[in-house]
Amino acid sequence: MRKLFACVVAAVMAVTATPTLAETPRDTLVIAFQIDDIITLDPAEIFEFSGAEFAGNTYDRLIGYNHEDVSEIFGVAAESWTISDDGKTYTFKMRQGVTFPSGNPMTAEDAAFSLQRAIILDKTPAFILTQFGFTADNVADKIRATDDMTLVIETDRAYAPTFVLYCLTATISSIVDKKTVMEHEVDGDLGHKWLRTNYAGVGPFKLRQWKPNESLTLDRNDDYWGGAPAMKRVITRHIVEPATQQLLLEKGDIDIARNLGPDQLESVRSNPDLAVQDGVKGAVYYLGLSQKNEALANPKVRQALKYLVDYKGMEGTVVRDLMRVHQAFLPRGFLGALEETPYTLDVSKAKQLLADAGYPDGFKITMDTRNTSPILEMAQSIQATFGQAGVDLEIIPGDGKQTLTKYRARNHDIYIGRWGPDYQDPHTNADTFARNPDNSDDAKSKPLAWRNAWDIPQMTKMSDAAILERDPAKRAALYLEIQKAHQVTSPFVIMFQQTEVAATRADTKGFIIGPAFDDNRYHEVTKN
Amino acid sequence: MSSEAQGSEVAGWRAWLLSSSPASRSQARLGRAYIGWLSFRANHLAMLGLGIVLLLVLVAIFAPWIAPYDPNAQILADRLQFFSSQYWLGTDELGRDIFSRIVHGARLTLYIVILVAIIAAPIGLAVGTTAGYLGGWTDTVLMRITDIFLAFPKLVLALALVSALGPGIENAIIAIAVTSWPPYARIARAETLTIRNSDFISAVRLQGAGRMRIIWSHIVPLCTSSLVVRVTLDMAGIILIAAGLGFLGLGAQPPLPEWGAMISSGRKVLLDQWWVATVPGIAIFVVSLGFNLLGDGLRDVLDPKTGGQG
Amino acid sequence: MTEGVDSREPAGRGFSSLSLPRPLRLTINVIVSVALTFLGLLFVTFIIGRVVPIDPVLAIVGDRAPEHVVERVRIELGLDLPLYQQFVIYVGNVLQGDLGESVLTARPVLDDIKRVFPATLELASVATLLGVLFGIPMGVLAAVNQGRWPDQVIRVVGLLGYSIPVFWLGLMGLLLFYATWDLVPGPGRLDFIYDDMIDPVTGVILIDSAMAGEWDIFWNAVSHVILPASILGYFSLAYISRMTRSFMLEQLSQEYITTARVKGVKEWRVIWVHALGNVRIPLVTVIALSYANLLEGSVLTEIVFAWPGLGFYLTQSLLNADMNAVLGSTMVVGAVFIGINMLSDLLYKLLDPRAR
Repeated sequence: MRKLFACVVAAVMAVTATPTLAETPRDTLVIAFQIDDIITLDPAEIFEFSGAEFAGNTYDRLIGYNHEDVSEIFGVAAESWTISDDGKTYTFKMRQGVTFPSGNPMTAEDAAFSLQRAIILDKTPAFILTQFGFTADNVADKIRATDDMTLVIETDRAYAPTFVLYCLTATISSIVDKKTVMEHEVDGDLGHKWLRTNYAGVGPFKLRQWKPNESLTLDRNDDYWGGAPAMKRVITRHIVEPATQQLLLEKGDIDIARNLGPDQLESVRSNPDLAVQDGVKGAVYYLGLSQKNEALANPKVRQALKYLVDYKGMEGTVVRDLMRVHQAFLPRGFLGALEETPYTLDVSKAKQLLADAGYPDGFKITMDTRNTSPILEMAQSIQATFGQAGVDLEIIPGDGKQTLTKYRARNHDIYIGRWGPDYQDPHTNADTFARNPDNSDDAKSKPLAWRNAWDIPQMTKMSDAAILERDPAKRAALYLEIQKAHQVTSPFVIMFQQTEVAATRADTKGFIIGPAFDDNRYHEVTKN
Repeated sequence: MSSEAQGSEVAGWRAWLLSSSPASRSQARLGRAYIGWLSFRANHLAMLGLGIVLLLVLVAIFAPWIAPYDPNAQILADRLQFFSSQYWLGTDELGRDIFSRIVHGARLTLYIVILVAIIAAPIGLAVGTTAGYLGGWTDTVLMRITDIFLAFPKLVLALALVSALGPGIENAIIAIAVTSWPPYARIARAETLTIRNSDFISAVRLQGAGRMRIIWSHIVPLCTSSLVVRVTLDMAGIILIAAGLGFLGLGAQPPLPEWGAMISSGRKVLLDQWWVATVPGIAIFVVSLGFNLLGDGLRDVLDPKTGGQG
Repeated sequence: MTEGVDSREPAGRGFSSLSLPRPLRLTINVIVSVALTFLGLLFVTFIIGRVVPIDPVLAIVGDRAPEHVVERVRIELGLDLPLYQQFVIYVGNVLQGDLGESVLTARPVLDDIKRVFPATLELASVATLLGVLFGIPMGVLAAVNQGRWPDQVIRVVGLLGYSIPVFWLGLMGLLLFYATWDLVPGPGRLDFIYDDMIDPVTGVILIDSAMAGEWDIFWNAVSHVILPASILGYFSLAYISRMTRSFMLEQLSQEYITTARVKGVKEWRVIWVHALGNVRIPLVTVIALSYANLLEGSVLTEIVFAWPGLGFYLTQSLLNADMNAVLGSTMVVGAVFIGINMLSDLLYKLLDPRAR
């Protein structure tokens, strides 16, 4: 008994005596972020936000773009490139003297292998590359290293050059160390099983450790060809609760908090030790109105609902800092993005439209909603404004995967969702919002237009034409035309474009929040 | 508490109730209840619990008259306000009056608690008494099933069921009920085992009563008092599980003012607008405490033989 | 919330009709019933996992996979087979010690459990320790002062533990003890500077660091575990003190206590040695039960304190329909529960002379 007591006293003393570290070491960056979406570290498979961020900081691709102006494309692992006159052959000259952390020199063969591997493995993001006519059978011919430093890529048609180039900046185009990866090959899996939890690339950082649902630790690549970053180590901790993230930040136990809400950011701003940083993201928030629902299939009803969202009210409150009003499917910053926002909350107009459509007293409808903030708050605001015109909206909350399962099976009435582009070319969103080649239940491709059962043969043709237009100005005009029609007729109530916000310690500078999720970079971060 | 009405100052009633030689069965029963009430009344904490529970019931019944605002009316301009004469307990992130939401939430809380108890207790009672009385294979199978459900983490099982059944308060109730019955089955079985071989059951058996009849008319009533105590004590647990489901975003559908969901939506601003999550937290706490105190008091009265075992 | 010590009589004597020697029969009985419980547990989990309307493929391929990828993965996972076949295959693999791979973490489920279970074990053990250290004396004091103010105070303190939503208490605890008063470090199991400085041998950082003689890390881990464990421990404290009180009341009214007092044994000895000594048997059961309940993983505490434990893992897997992970961790939870129940039965039989 006495021993036990002594133990308790010792424990209590230890607790009260342990000095809690007031700040993180100067050469270590600590980030609090919800990273439970990471399910793989293989760039041929990564398609999640946090996974993409990992790959962005650890894997170089052939080319990259300026995160402030995506039209400026430059070489990364490739030093330069040329495009043949017929527009089908791309030739890349590799950068000299780049070595992988394993010591292997990086050659055109590594680049060719990486792209071939992604196509042969055929994981989810493979479509980004296969849309240029590559298949597991022909890829060895179409993508090849002609010598140590030269890579040749042949597409099946003459696409808009930026379309091809932007796809080569995507996560799936990351360059892996062929030798290291193939050393871990099992049963012809091209090292996939191994690379899912390991690392073989070159970039400003390299993987130290990934503990699922716990933390992801990166170490600096001291030999990086572009210069070693200032931070020796970057630790991303999985902290679910935004309130906990805020506490940690205020106490100085972390440098960056990534999942704070608008009201928390307000309090961060008023704290002189902290700062708020933001960057415009490509993701848009929208309501998908299923055309299988009789009421929603009525064009006047679709119009009416577009007038029943309090865009401005939400922008100033529940999604303040996190989103800006945007009403076209191409996000600002993209070629040909339509920036007009014709819709505002206009209950009387909506009532009129509903009456014209034959629903003077409104109707009952359900909306599948992710049970996360700020989606849930948005849904409740929409519920209230819909109600003003007699549209009785029932919110069906569920976990992300649950609502998604329902949405993908076309079992929803309304789905409130978010869509982020897969690469920086306008086709990425046109492909899903404005293309639906086959509206039957067992269609091969199931874009968002399909999920909402919106049959649009004409618009599909226009979208298909736009990827073959090689003149940027003409191409932009094509997309503007599609978006204008889309804005009026589509069953998508596009509401906002995302702004990604990070709260940082005031002394932490240089964190880059780029337009895509693999553009969030740590290599310029300094702490003074 | 049917004796409550009789607990007046009329001395004649008292004498009748406390009579040591009751003339009828109902007089004896009422007398016992009255004695129980007297000892219950002496327990101040239990009375406090009873008061809280009665208050909950009253608030739930008269919610529309008590609440100053529509619990779902949003005024975005007035969001996250602190306590004031206009908004007694402040407003939440959509500018809804928290006091009105708490008041209306009392209905949901009561609804959940009562329905879960009504569903779970009879299931537990039926399984437990049957297993205990019949014994043998029936006992083995039923108790194995009980063990299987006991071995599941409660919240996780409820979570799985809610996502399987779909959201909504009714489904949350079913899910919680499914996770709540096993302990009742165990209690009922244990009680049954002690009664099964008693002389009076043997006597009933000799009179030729069927098994189901014995279980139903003689064993079930004897298990009820300890079960009532246990259920009352569990009500706090039911409220907490419902709140946990609400916290995880499953359970009540927005904009229903379920207290757990209210904590959940307010937890982001806990550091700066602490009241948004704290007020419903306190509501849950007070009501749970009320049920616990009441259950504790009831146990002392109804179930003296377990001497206060949980 | 916690299961009472209601049925000490082992359920199931369905095999007693077999004519075998008693010890053998008992052993077979236990093995068969445990195996059946496990199978039932797996079956129920399996059914639940399949009726949850979440497409398991989605967790692997994500939202945007082309149809042919979705179909391929569905076949790879064996989801195209009839349900009973899937179940038989799974049970077969489990019998060979293969719990399968988690799709969320890209690792074998067994590895995941080895990582997350020790975290829960650590938290639950410290919590139970705190519950016992404070709960038993409180229960004894309450019994000795039955009906007087210490009894009432302890009763209320205990009931408070039953009445507070744990996630609210957790957030408030962090706000006060961490943010405002700076008494404990923030969430997580260690300060990140100590991250992966210690090789996981048992996975329980307190043990690993003590074995390695890394006392800095040990004390850091202690300081991290103390707040979540206190909050979790409050619940077991409530239960333990309540039960101790009622057991003690029973003992204190016994004749041998009066005899001891008459003989002139000091009062503290009568209470703390004689009476308490006699309630240790039922207390063991109570403590074991509350321990088992904590080990099931307190999802909410783990979320609030960013504690990478079993409860969180299980919830996460469930919501992603990561069936191997769900089944694997349910089995662990079930095994713990059944194991602790059996152990407490055994202890009961060993310690209680009447039960022999």
